[in-house]
Amino acid sequence: MREPIFRIDHLYKKFGDNVVVDDLSLAIQPGECLGVIGPNGAGKTTTIRMCLGQTAPDAGSIEAFGLPIPRHVREAKKRIGVVTQFDSLDPDFTCAENLRVYGRYFGLPRAIIEARIPKLLEFSALQAKAHVRPGELSGGMKRRLSLGRALINDPDLLLLDEPTTGLDPQARHLMWERLQNLLQQSKSILLTTHFMDEAERLCDRLLVLDHGRKIAEGTPRGLIREHLESDVVEVYGDGAKAVARQHAALAQRIETSGETVFFYLSEPRPLLQALSGDHSVRYLHRPANLEDLFLKLTGRQIRDEA
Amino acid sequence: MLISFYAAPRLTPRFYPVVLRNLLVWRKLAVPSVVGNIAEPLITLVAFGYGLGSIVGRIDGLPYVTYLASGSIAVSCALAATFESLYSAFSRMHVQKTWESIMNAPIALDDIVFAEMLWAALKSLFSVAAIMVVIFALGISRAPTMLLALPLLGIVGVTFASIALVFNALAKGYDFFTYYFTLVLTPMTFLSGVYFPIAQMPGWLQAVAAVLPLTAAVELVRPLVIGEMPHAWLEPLAVLAAYAFGGYYLALVLTRRRFYK
Repeated sequence: MREPIFRIDHLYKKFGDNVVVDDLSLAIQPGECLGVIGPNGAGKTTTIRMCLGQTAPDAGSIEAFGLPIPRHVREAKKRIGVVTQFDSLDPDFTCAENLRVYGRYFGLPRAIIEARIPKLLEFSALQAKAHVRPGELSGGMKRRLSLGRALINDPDLLLLDEPTTGLDPQARHLMWERLQNLLQQSKSILLTTHFMDEAERLCDRLLVLDHGRKIAEGTPRGLIREHLESDVVEVYGDGAKAVARQHAALAQRIETSGETVFFYLSEPRPLLQALSGDHSVRYLHRPANLEDLFLKLTGRQIRDEA
Repeated sequence: MLISFYAAPRLTPRFYPVVLRNLLVWRKLAVPSVVGNIAEPLITLVAFGYGLGSIVGRIDGLPYVTYLASGSIAVSCALAATFESLYSAFSRMHVQKTWESIMNAPIALDDIVFAEMLWAALKSLFSVAAIMVVIFALGISRAPTMLLALPLLGIVGVTFASIALVFNALAKGYDFFTYYFTLVLTPMTFLSGVYFPIAQMPGWLQAVAAVLPLTAAVELVRPLVIGEMPHAWLEPLAVLAAYAFGGYYLALVLTRRRFYK
């Protein structure tokens, strides 16, 4: 394995008595996309803020490109691009001006900035919007401009905090395509997300965070194999709970959420046979996915925004 | 290490692109801004200077309009710097999250606070220049020493920007700034010898007035506007410097606390 481009060792952070990041370690290899998934308040955003030197860890260390953070955060940031959870585009500037002004924050020479602007507008699929202000852009366009802006310094590492939250499916797919494109250019990405399909599609490795602690780590497929049965049968309808009691023995594990019962099993045929004659319920048979993993590891209870 | 809240300001040339950013935004809105900068003092000077002045007569040997104009130039400078460091800086800091996006680039909070302070002072000089044009055009004063007042007004801008950034750092919303205006700035304009001489006030109020930054500003600027040299440099400059340095340091500490929690 090569030397990681970014590493966090035994990171620890608390606000008052509340431990938000608890003994977190991770490493990102060059060209790798590492996903961090976890419920609201799991410590994802705080971790990113510590990586950017915006809040100090209480213990542990962070290193980007071999530079310790926060001590050499300014040097490190020259090679990092950031997309935050909420758009912070400059509303008074056009798309092109947003890129130009942001390039100046990196102290880049004018010629380099001017050469990159049309390329980044193209990358963001915003060539036609170069002279339009962000207020007139759709949510997806704004996110793509935020991503384009994060690339103005041609970074080696991207920190993306929920980059597709709030986007419609078309806009998310376009965003994913762009991120895959960046991975092909062997950029490294640290991505936090709530979307399991996003994590599965983009991430080489995943880290599941809950209450500031790492509770699982591995490739998306590997995690599912390690923690879950291969198949899931979802049963809906008034009779679902009765069905669950009746066929409990056919599944390794059963979970109930509202009126839906989830059967987790490695051998689905007996249950499917039993259900095929039962008209009191509807059911769906599918392979286990990351969402199942996530719910298994972090539970089904609602987490309010921290 | 992350900077300690109480560390001395860490200044680097990285503040410059932030000043430039604000200047570029201002340039887009420059026309209404300049029109306002000229119209407001023009109306005040004509209405109060000539209108009220015809009743008041002369103050300290000056026609009232001259007395008023030479004092209100300092007020306009202070107000312009204050507005920029309260409402506009708060928009950038809190509402638009502009500061956060800047800090994701290799620019530190210390650079941003310094840039905001400097920019507010620079912007106050745009207002001052507009008023000087009005004073010149109306013939209220055509003294060349007026130009010497510009660098001093730059210091006045720095002072009031620094004080305002303290309140910016503490603010939860725009409403908070009303306190500063009604409880601090408005009373100060009445106590600083802008509209009437400080000697008209009771002794204890004169003592208060003597340590106000706006009084110091008026003492320095008024003589220069009417073509004289200030009677004293050291004391008013020391008062301004104390507020500027004290305000700036306090603003920086409070802003660090706000961000680096």
